[in-house]
Amino acid sequence: MADGHAAARHQPVSMRHMRLRARLVIAGLMAAALVAFAWSLSAGPMPVSGHDLLAALGSGESSMEADIVRQLRLPRAIAAFACGGLLALAGALMQVLLRNPLADPYVLGISGGAAVGALGTILAGATAGWIDTGAFIGALGATLLVFGLAHGDGSWTQTRLLLTGVIVAAGCGAAVALMLSLAPEGRVKGMLFWLMGDASSATRPWPALALLGIGLLAALPFARELNLLARGEITARALGIQVGRLRMLVYGLGALLTAVAVTTVGSVGFVGLIVPHLVRLAIGNDQRLLLPAATLAGGVLLCAADTAARTVVAPIQLPVGVLTALIGVPVFLFLLARHPR
Amino acid sequence: MKMDVRPPVLASDCLTVQVGHRDVVKDLDFTLQPGDTLVILGRNGAGKTTLLHTLAGLRAAAAGTVLLSGQPYAAWPRGHEACLRGLLAQSQPDFFSATVLETALVGRHPYLGRWDWEGPEDEAIALTALASMGLDGFAERQVPTLSGGERQRLAIATLLVQRPRLYLLDEPLAHLDLHHEVAVLDHFRALASAGAGVAMVLHDINLTARYASHVLLLDGAGGHIFGPVAEVLTAERLSAAFGHPLRAVADGTATLFVPA
Repeated sequence: MADGHAAARHQPVSMRHMRLRARLVIAGLMAAALVAFAWSLSAGPMPVSGHDLLAALGSGESSMEADIVRQLRLPRAIAAFACGGLLALAGALMQVLLRNPLADPYVLGISGGAAVGALGTILAGATAGWIDTGAFIGALGATLLVFGLAHGDGSWTQTRLLLTGVIVAAGCGAAVALMLSLAPEGRVKGMLFWLMGDASSATRPWPALALLGIGLLAALPFARELNLLARGEITARALGIQVGRLRMLVYGLGALLTAVAVTTVGSVGFVGLIVPHLVRLAIGNDQRLLLPAATLAGGVLLCAADTAARTVVAPIQLPVGVLTALIGVPVFLFLLARHPR
Repeated sequence: MKMDVRPPVLASDCLTVQVGHRDVVKDLDFTLQPGDTLVILGRNGAGKTTLLHTLAGLRAAAAGTVLLSGQPYAAWPRGHEACLRGLLAQSQPDFFSATVLETALVGRHPYLGRWDWEGPEDEAIALTALASMGLDGFAERQVPTLSGGERQRLAIATLLVQRPRLYLLDEPLAHLDLHHEVAVLDHFRALASAGAGVAMVLHDINLTARYASHVLLLDGAGGHIFGPVAEVLTAERLSAAFGHPLRAVADGTATLFVPA
């Protein structure tokens, strides 16, 4: 024990360094968010300069530029940012809940359920508003189905939850394929865009942005408990955590965040998987820092990706999900090769 | 005569623990006083871990009660039990990386409020615990780079950071070399002398003979023998419990048990 006191005297400052670094990263991400928004609002077939941008946002005057910025680009930028944040936050939560670094927001079948709901309404010929409703109902339906099947006997093992989610997602995939093959020619393109993830029709971004703030505020009080949950159930329970209640909260919150994101922009892939990993590499796995940083990083990534998706091959607009997948797959393979486990 | 007014660290009253419909122990009564070291012995699958988790309040008993510092677990304010008893679980795989210091600081969780961050005092406690397990200089290492024995010592250090009154240890010597086996048991003996209670699952009968004050011997079918170490550790009883004949060999200073 004498050695112990000697060691305690020259304290390493690693924890403080890590926190300082994490706070710098978060500040950097906030700055990046501003840049991403500025790019998103100014770029397009009609470029808007920085000065005009401020004028368009600041005054209520109506000019063509101001209308484009306020009515077309701003809702879309907010929707992309909010949904990127929602997916990254949900992904980080799911990775802790399932203690599996390969988990993402869709692993429990939520996007599959949303796709069935959305494509079902498109197939039925419903209007845009109903597609969102269908997607949301589908997402919640899949969530409840997976929860009911996996939790039916009172046990809650990660493997069982994961397998149930994968099977339900596979079932949804089959239903989606069936609907695509039955759909009349004219509706297939809309269906494909929905499936790939597309922010162009996101005209009402406010629910997603509000939920992003609420979700992060709801998760942060439990962040240190999540750190313990990531280390295993027995450890967490022995340290006084009510694991059952915490898991319900994480599952419910993760499902809600994902459902709203998927309802708003479709099933954009890889944001929820990649972003938590990238952030973890930069600042470590303390959820108190990881959750806000991942939320910001996800928002920045999707906002920038969506702007790129509508400008790189303009006038053709790419579905943003294609871009995130094209970026995400190589990045993830690189990470996997660099960090063999 | 001086009375000890403090309640026993741990006690059970008519405790029955079951796995499925099989009894692990039936009607177990025992008391663990401050200073006592109890070792639980039994063959593989006898239910030692299940019993330990029940004693830790993490699993419901089929019948009977467990008293932690004189009260059932349910009577303690939620979360406070983690300040009184700590559990060293069998090692679980890590899926996410973390530094050694971060991991040890996990033991401070019961003492921190919802919005608190670990401060310099918490770090000092963690570094002291790491040093006591021979892990000085490891603070900034990533856990996945540690060897199995180093990880086990980190897990023990994390438990020490928790500073409970009752230590429940599930195979604390797993992956440890001879030197660290003795060092770890010496450390817990010192904690017991300072007033803690220790209950652990071990597989080494001779280390049990050396360090235990009491032994609980499980036969795997609900039967058990509890008592002071010298009473329980006999060749006859051990042979019956392990289903393999053992022989006691005395060398003048100690009695060793060897498989016959």
